[in-house]
Amino acid sequence: MSARVIIADGSVPKLPRHAKLRFDKPRDQWIILAPERVFELDAVAYEVVSLCDGERTLEQVVDTLADKFESPREVIAKDVTEMLQGLADKGFLVA
Amino acid sequence: MNEVLDQTETAAAQGSGLIPYALLAELTHRCPLQCPYCSNPLELEKSSNELDTETWKRVIGEASDMGMLHVHFSGGEPTVRKDLEDMVAHAAGLGLYTNLITSGVLLNEKRLEALRDKGLDHVQISIQDTEAESSNRIAGYEGHEKKLEVARLVRKLDMPLTVNAVMHRQNLDNLPAMIDLAVELDAERLEVAQVQYYGWGLRNRAAFLPTREQLDEATRTVEEARERLKGVLVFDYVVPDYYARRPKACMGGWARRFINVNPAGKVLPCHAAETIPDMVFDTVHEHSLNWIWENSEPFLRFRGTDWMPEPCQSCDRREIDWGGCRCQAMALTGDAARTDPACEFSPDRDVLEMPLQEALTEAPEFIYRRIGG
Repeated sequence: MSARVIIADGSVPKLPRHAKLRFDKPRDQWIILAPERVFELDAVAYEVVSLCDGERTLEQVVDTLADKFESPREVIAKDVTEMLQGLADKGFLVA
Repeated sequence: MNEVLDQTETAAAQGSGLIPYALLAELTHRCPLQCPYCSNPLELEKSSNELDTETWKRVIGEASDMGMLHVHFSGGEPTVRKDLEDMVAHAAGLGLYTNLITSGVLLNEKRLEALRDKGLDHVQISIQDTEAESSNRIAGYEGHEKKLEVARLVRKLDMPLTVNAVMHRQNLDNLPAMIDLAVELDAERLEVAQVQYYGWGLRNRAAFLPTREQLDEATRTVEEARERLKGVLVFDYVVPDYYARRPKACMGGWARRFINVNPAGKVLPCHAAETIPDMVFDTVHEHSLNWIWENSEPFLRFRGTDWMPEPCQSCDRREIDWGGCRCQAMALTGDAARTDPACEFSPDRDVLEMPLQEALTEAPEFIYRRIGG
């Protein structure tokens, strides 16, 4: 990576190669595994991250979530963008 | 969301109630480098004592069954093991996150590609300094250029890279250049590691302990770079213990998160635990990892808070730092059960005065890591 990843309209977010999404059975939760780090995902965070498949755009991720949770799109868009930018700044997401 | 290695504790209702997160698999103590701060013990295991492939695979399987998530292939230099690919494939097949902790000097493109194709998730390469002359002098080996070449190969093969830079009084002033190098190598992550003063590092402490001024400058450098390189380079940086006010939660607390298996199959709560002379370690030849985690005396001795002396026992941080580092207490006070002198409330705090004074005098020659000490 030579520049900061910015999550914005048109971004196609996905996990980088060094981060792996998996279900951690003994601890009964979804996690992202990365070098020497483990990120616990709560139910909402998992819904968001699981849509970041490198095919959907940010808008499509937001649309899917807005439908699923029957919530105003602009609220979802703000929350999701913030959350994904936070993950990107920690090196857990690329776009 | 929690970054659990730093924060919350996840427990299950069984025995200790703890599930370890990571297996440190020290495949060998053999290594072409002779770094004078090597984390291996002074008494190195001979290659004839090393666990065979099948035993390592069984141990990795037991780690997975216990709920561990990471396996770090380490050493010595783990790539001296010709069966590394087998072990990586086995671990990856079990869904473990596989990390190779290497000096890089024995790797080439073909082998890296094979490791990647077997499922290796991440490569961590140590770099001793920013310039070849100094780097090779510290490592006691002409390997600097090769390391840079291998780091570039890692990225060429699209594998994630951590640069592990062990920093100390003889190279800390090069930290800005080290950060530039990590960016140039396209690393995802830079570990600004400090020499730990047990074993070899303790022998060479006067050659490595930085001054307060060097350290404060380094901290400013990291803080500035972390902001400037947000989303480009992740930093791991910990203030060295001797200048800390509070001790680190070493290993996330004794016997809480990690299991270290040494090349001969001894199972340790931390890689330096053999510096505690009266500990007798169980081995994977006699017991399963799970049995050892739940029953082995060295694991139980300092797990939790019952063992703690004052001032730890009544301290409201006792479940944050877990009393600091047992091996450091051993190294500095001669008693592994004392409060870590890295804590400003330790009654032994004045043991740090001598080494901190030494940091201001001329650095002595290195005592290099060699078989037979």
